[in-house]
Amino acid sequence: MIDPVSPDHRPPVSPQLALRVAALGVVACVLFAVIFFRLWYLQVLSGDQYLAQAQTNKVRVEPLPAPRGAIVDRDGEPIVENRLAIVVKLKPESLPVSEKKAAALYGDAVIARSKRAKGRQGPPIVIPATPPDLQGRFARLSRTLQVKTRDIQSFVIRGLFLAGYAPVTIKTDVSEDVRTYIAERQDEFPGVSVETTFLRQYPDRTLAAQLLGTASQISPDELKTKEFEGVPAGSIVGQSGIERTYDQYLRGRDGKERLLVDAQGNPRGEGVTVPPKPGSDLQLTLSLKLQRAGQTAYGNVAGPNPGAFVALDPRNGDVLAMGSFPTFDPNVLVGNISQKKYDAIFNQGTTPQFNRVIGAHYATGSTFKPITAIAALESGKITTTEKIDDTGCIKIGIQQRCNAKHEVFGPVDMQNAIRVSSDIYFYTLGERTNAGPDAPHGGPIQAVARRFGFEHTTGIDLPGEAKGLVPDPAWRTRVGQEETACRRKKHIPDNASGPAAAAGGCGISDRRPWSIGDNVSLSIGQGDLQATPLQVAVAYAGIAEGGRVPTPRLGAAVLDDKGLPLQKLPPSGARRVKLDPSYRDTIMAGLHDAASAPGGTSTAVFAGWNQSRFPIYGKTGTAQVAAQPNDQSWYVAYSYDGPDHKRPIVVAVTVENGGFGAAKAAPIACRILKAWFGKGANVGATCVPGSNASL
Amino acid sequence: MSTVPSVTEPRRSRTSRVGGSAAAPPRRPLSLVLPFDPVLALATLGICACSLVTLHTVSARGLPDGYYMKRQAIYFAVGLLFAAVLTRIDYSRLRELKYGFYGFIILSVVAVKFAGNDALGARRAIQLPFFSFQASELGKILLVVALAGFLVDRARALHAPSTTVRLLALAGVPAGLVMIQPDLGSSMVYGAIVLALLFIAGIPGRYFAAMGACFAILITGVVVVAPMAGVTVLHSYQTNRLTAFLHPNDNNSDIAYQQTQSRVAIGSGEKTGRGDRATQTSYNFLPEHHTDFIFSVVGERWGFMGAALVLSLYSLLIWRGLRALTVAKNLYGALIAGGITAMLLFQVFINVGMTVGIMPITGIPLPLMSYGGSSVITTFLAIGLLQSVYAQGRASTAGKGRVLGF
Repeated sequence: MIDPVSPDHRPPVSPQLALRVAALGVVACVLFAVIFFRLWYLQVLSGDQYLAQAQTNKVRVEPLPAPRGAIVDRDGEPIVENRLAIVVKLKPESLPVSEKKAAALYGDAVIARSKRAKGRQGPPIVIPATPPDLQGRFARLSRTLQVKTRDIQSFVIRGLFLAGYAPVTIKTDVSEDVRTYIAERQDEFPGVSVETTFLRQYPDRTLAAQLLGTASQISPDELKTKEFEGVPAGSIVGQSGIERTYDQYLRGRDGKERLLVDAQGNPRGEGVTVPPKPGSDLQLTLSLKLQRAGQTAYGNVAGPNPGAFVALDPRNGDVLAMGSFPTFDPNVLVGNISQKKYDAIFNQGTTPQFNRVIGAHYATGSTFKPITAIAALESGKITTTEKIDDTGCIKIGIQQRCNAKHEVFGPVDMQNAIRVSSDIYFYTLGERTNAGPDAPHGGPIQAVARRFGFEHTTGIDLPGEAKGLVPDPAWRTRVGQEETACRRKKHIPDNASGPAAAAGGCGISDRRPWSIGDNVSLSIGQGDLQATPLQVAVAYAGIAEGGRVPTPRLGAAVLDDKGLPLQKLPPSGARRVKLDPSYRDTIMAGLHDAASAPGGTSTAVFAGWNQSRFPIYGKTGTAQVAAQPNDQSWYVAYSYDGPDHKRPIVVAVTVENGGFGAAKAAPIACRILKAWFGKGANVGATCVPGSNASL
Repeated sequence: MSTVPSVTEPRRSRTSRVGGSAAAPPRRPLSLVLPFDPVLALATLGICACSLVTLHTVSARGLPDGYYMKRQAIYFAVGLLFAAVLTRIDYSRLRELKYGFYGFIILSVVAVKFAGNDALGARRAIQLPFFSFQASELGKILLVVALAGFLVDRARALHAPSTTVRLLALAGVPAGLVMIQPDLGSSMVYGAIVLALLFIAGIPGRYFAAMGACFAILITGVVVVAPMAGVTVLHSYQTNRLTAFLHPNDNNSDIAYQQTQSRVAIGSGEKTGRGDRATQTSYNFLPEHHTDFIFSVVGERWGFMGAALVLSLYSLLIWRGLRALTVAKNLYGALIAGGITAMLLFQVFINVGMTVGIMPITGIPLPLMSYGGSSVITTFLAIGLLQSVYAQGRASTAGKGRVLGF
């Protein structure tokens, strides 16, 4: 006989086993019976009661988030996209009053600090400590979400201060497991909600970061403004950049899902659902290819130096590329960022969020010279052919001024003066066009500069554009008066004017009156002139187009859900200003010589360039800036493809602390132009800094 | 099917004695024997169908319609494939791999602790490209196979206390590791498995009495003595979670929220269910109704009839599991079938008991109904093993007209 317990040879069912199986069967029967009876009790015997309970469950309204529209470039390539993410939020109702009071106190302190003058603001306001009754809750959240308790407290305090009604985001991008974990433990996580929502995503990371701007939850103050009329609380709205300008198109409308219950507790029909309406996609005039090339070129040539570049279509003002440096990856601002990390990226004194193309005030250096030339020609102070002897140095007023590198160019007419960038020639023009005391708003230079867009915002579709300054006698007087008033207020002894007194004053002005030296400095884009890189590019577009000054724009079209234009955003137009064609031709000839003829300031940079097909009209600029060890490097270029002037482009580049124009800015502009015309256009130039680097 | 010719010979006398009429014409073996248990297969597919129909009504915010249903269908397809393969192989060979299986349980559970999804207080899963792998789920079936193997090795020493102690220790290690993940539910399932295996193997009843006494002392120690001695074993909220179901009306605002909502959902289903007018589960009053609380959806939408249908399918499954136990060709098969049946029964009872408010919330999924790849695949592996036990057993007695108890 076979061993009864041998693993392979067991007689089928021994009585003992049968008994045990029967016992197991009985247990199963009992368990199933328990559940059946419980179900019978719940559903059949007490069903009415539970049905009534289910129907009196409160109205539940759940927002269905609508994605913001995507932003694409002129070829339809995405710049900003959306992605789904699971977000953990904390409802403010669940927080104790002490926490809300602490947030209010913190808010008051922050506002008070921001009202104090820069430099005297004192240390940053410290986030108050977590109250003891919240420590347990925050610690549990901290363990589950892997967020420091300190950071949770900081998010909560800042969130309550910014929008006290709205749930505070504690962490974005948690996993499905965390969602399940928290949802199953509502009792351990009071007030914590886990939602699926749309977040912005920037596939190209640092690309065009500043102009895109940010979108975040609408603040109580914004809710009250006309711009956001009818926008429900809690909506995500654009806060800066393109996101702000085109918010009405990009912003979707969140849907709602709710269950309506009447007074008797009976559902009135089904749950009412308002489907979410996604925002429209926006097409920009930007070319991602050119933008990438521009940022790469800037990074390679200028390194970490701050600065900016912009490329325009001079015909209609379409912005083809716009970069500001240092830049940042806007992905880090999506969701939550701890104060420490934020400070490490944004509060290092380099202001990466600042769009220097539209917001930075710079002296433009020699790139301003064409404006001076037009002003002198129009006012009859010079003709296109008159020569001025450049002896290397000139004494105007009390000041001796010389060419950079002490070069001597000899007698030069206007075309040659632009080619070699003769300071002496333009100093002379500045001297000749100085306004008399009877012209508070300056002479011809100021008038022409303003005509070509200096001291006016260009009207680009971005918030936060700076106006700049074209100095004139009236301005000098005004700042002088401001200084006087300030000194009186602060009881600073009102002694003699001049640099010595300026040091002890308010620092607004040295209170000296307008002098001829001011106008001479202005003639080469120095002194008190302040302009943005965009203004310079627009002015050159106006000159290249014979007096048609375009209004730059970034928004091209609003797209429907298939990516087809739903609504073309019309070009914002252009101003036609007076510009004698013969003056234009002389200046353009000079600019072309400067980039192509022997002795031209940027000829060396464009060595090997196919000038016959893609003629370059370029001007270097080298602006002295008191606070920088090196000069500010500038370059502006205009070019097009072939005799039909196809694909025209204006590029303006500036590099802070970059040295001569031909050293940094010109090579970057050269590379941008090379990328614009492409390899097929047979562009053969190395775009390396020229040895003949000059003004 | 061809593995057992040697055992047919000695059994002939017995089967003819127990079997039916000697006058019956001899049956042709192959035409009789299906290579699997059709009732078990139908019950399984029926539960799968119920799961898909239920998940079809469950939508999640931000996810496309039918997201859970489609993914669950994929898990079912994969699971079915595994089960089909297991049905065709001889489970007895798995005994040789018991050390490997046991080692894999320990390693995978430890790996989850270290390599699992972080950003979560509880690490239960490793994220794979298509789904997150929950080691404790797969561990259930591997534990049955491994422990049954160890038990067979000691089949001659069942009455020695060392056998019971050894088995308990072998199960205790993975159960403890899983408990600190923390996944209390899975460690309870491990406990149910080892107890069922010992019971089927037939250890003396007094050992069970001793185990019961030890358990009672342990519980008393944790719940009564430890707090008095100032040692916190369970946090207060954990105790609350475990005991909330005992007094549902005391604190239905916070602690028992989920269970109250689940009870209201199931109760409001009444006899025939609320269908599309269901509110509790459709409007998310009850969170996580696609995983652990899926039975509440069934109860609310299809009422007592729907719930009874699902439960009947499960009872069919359990019955066929016990039947596989009785036809098993050897002790190893009987233990596997018994362990699996106990595992399924335990999970069904605890999960459904949780939704109807007679068991605490422990995070045990309802086999095959709850959405989730790890649980579905594990259950299909279990069903495949049951089929294998059944098929092997039938093959070894095929054509001999053996009558089975039930």
